[in-house]
Amino acid sequence: MEKFTKMTAIAVPLDRANVDTDAIIPKQFLKSIKRSGFGPNLFDEWRYLDHGEPGMDNSTRPINTDFVLNKPRYNGARILLARDNFGCGSSREHAPWALEDYGIRVIIAPSFADIFYNNCFKNGLLPIILEEQTIDELFNMVFENEGFELTVDLELKKITSDSGISIDFELDQFRRHCLLEGLDEIGLTLEHADDIRAYENKQKEITPWL
Amino acid sequence: MSAKTLYDKLWDSHVVRENDDGTSLLYIDRQLIHEVTSPQAFEGLRLANRKPWKLSANLATPDHNVPTTDRDQGITDPVSKLQVDTLDSNCDNFGITEFKMDDIRQGIVHVVSPEQGATLPGMTLVCGDSHTSTHGAFGTLAFGVGTSEVEHVLATQCLIQKKSKNMLVEVNGQLDEHVTAKDVILAIIGKIGTAGGTGYAIEFAGDAIRSFSMEGRMTLSNMAIEAGARAGMVAVDDTTIEYVKGRPYAPSDEHWEQAVQYWKNFYSDSDALFDKTVSLDAADIKPQVTWGTSPEMTMAIDELIPDPTNESDPVKQEGMKAALKYMGLTAGEPISEVSVDVVFIGSCTNSRIEDIRAAAEVAKGNKVSSSIKQALVVPGSGLIKKQAEEEGLDKILTTAGFEWREPGCSMCLAMNADRLEPQERCASTSNRNFEGRQGQGGRTHLVSPAMAAAAAIAGHFIDIPLTNKQG
Repeated sequence: MEKFTKMTAIAVPLDRANVDTDAIIPKQFLKSIKRSGFGPNLFDEWRYLDHGEPGMDNSTRPINTDFVLNKPRYNGARILLARDNFGCGSSREHAPWALEDYGIRVIIAPSFADIFYNNCFKNGLLPIILEEQTIDELFNMVFENEGFELTVDLELKKITSDSGISIDFELDQFRRHCLLEGLDEIGLTLEHADDIRAYENKQKEITPWL
Repeated sequence: MSAKTLYDKLWDSHVVRENDDGTSLLYIDRQLIHEVTSPQAFEGLRLANRKPWKLSANLATPDHNVPTTDRDQGITDPVSKLQVDTLDSNCDNFGITEFKMDDIRQGIVHVVSPEQGATLPGMTLVCGDSHTSTHGAFGTLAFGVGTSEVEHVLATQCLIQKKSKNMLVEVNGQLDEHVTAKDVILAIIGKIGTAGGTGYAIEFAGDAIRSFSMEGRMTLSNMAIEAGARAGMVAVDDTTIEYVKGRPYAPSDEHWEQAVQYWKNFYSDSDALFDKTVSLDAADIKPQVTWGTSPEMTMAIDELIPDPTNESDPVKQEGMKAALKYMGLTAGEPISEVSVDVVFIGSCTNSRIEDIRAAAEVAKGNKVSSSIKQALVVPGSGLIKKQAEEEGLDKILTTAGFEWREPGCSMCLAMNADRLEPQERCASTSNRNFEGRQGQGGRTHLVSPAMAAAAAIAGHFIDIPLTNKQG
């Protein structure tokens, strides 16, 4: 997994609540047996005017110019500013894969759906939860200032901008540590293989039918 | 020892170790595997040269991509076929039990596992699918995981987890005879919202919940995730134990009594504390129909479609306007006057034998309206299909004009050939009414099996008792 330490990038505002994983990456793209290549189909039904299918040449498809990701002022955005309950719906990890493949590394929202939130950390994505009012202010700043950039520093747990904003955020210690170091969680768990075997041996008495 | 909730007991009995950072290593007794969220997990194992920790803990079946017609011809879509073939070869190569497409035990993972007795009370169960919450019906801690965690469980039989908070959702009183578990869970989601359960594990309790069969409890727990909760559960009682008894993967006679004694501990102590409690009066719950593009956008069959201008929260108001536009509906219109194009009875929410019986009961002696383009009944597993046929339900349904299909996820998420065309309106017994869920531009209304069958006959949404009068 790619480490996340500090990043400065344009923020793109996705101003709707309850953005679900079907919207992030529609099901027809879930048929892939790979982990990569989902970026061109991120938000497919909102980004393009036609119906997308796997294997299409996305560069020739008609673009929905009203959709925020297609606005030239947000080209190169790596921070997604979102609303409540972002990532609700299915457990598909293809959603964070698509965001990451597109170039997004940070998502800032008032709340996230649990499974999506959890999946982000397995893929080097940093979801940040902030107060609704702070999010409103960030939306306004992004709308009003073309090329508005934010700096996200995971070491300091701080979001800053050249315009002088400084916002602290919280993140649990374990997830922060894994992101900062780019750790393999399976490797971490296997360090406790003896504990797992001891648990299994104890359970053989309690639940011998399993 | 202090009082514990059902969730506390399930959690505590599976902690392998507690880490200094507040996370726990949680043991997972059972993992269910399907073709969509597993290929990258198996690939990860291969790349790291790792082997599954405990083969017998895993059970696989293809469900999302499988065709519901002409099974003998295989899968025609090459991309879908590759995904199912990949599951087959991964299971064969690693030695994991799989009910393949031609096996009568094949079906939707969340239907197959309980049916086989592979879902048992007191266990932890995961699957790379958010509707894994279904299995909570058995007093099981069951939740959906992403592909990285599928790989983590394959490799270690554990997950690094932080405990959720406890929420109690109580439904007490007498339900009207036409109100089903589906109506109850939609009413609950309507009350607490799609993010109301985020960060919580929900326990469903109260005498109305206790009165549900295991099928009903599975429908209820299945949609806990639509309220934002990764896990929903119901305490173990005699109904649970009766259901499990004698199933292929249930404990043998040798261990049965020990198992029953152990399972009977899985309930919340009477003085256990919940972080949040929500109560509903069963008598207030009416048959539900969703009107929008989120499961919380639900209403009773006799109500008018809500008006966004009455909503004070501007973000919610915009969401309602966008939903009405997408759904092609007008505020103030009675939902019972909205006509339907397609009817889908199936999915991990409502494809069990009781659901098919409920649909057949409404369909019996009636005909699907000529205005309906397609009315599909897709049983949840090959064994349910067989049972329904033995009961003659398929004949009742096909005589009425429904199509009787092979088991799978089908039009719930339209990864196979069963899908809506743009603007087609569907009365669906599935779990998600998101934009494009059943096909790009398709309009989904979530309902119970009886309501779906009634809509097929009337051609529009209708309260079930009226079906036979007007049908």
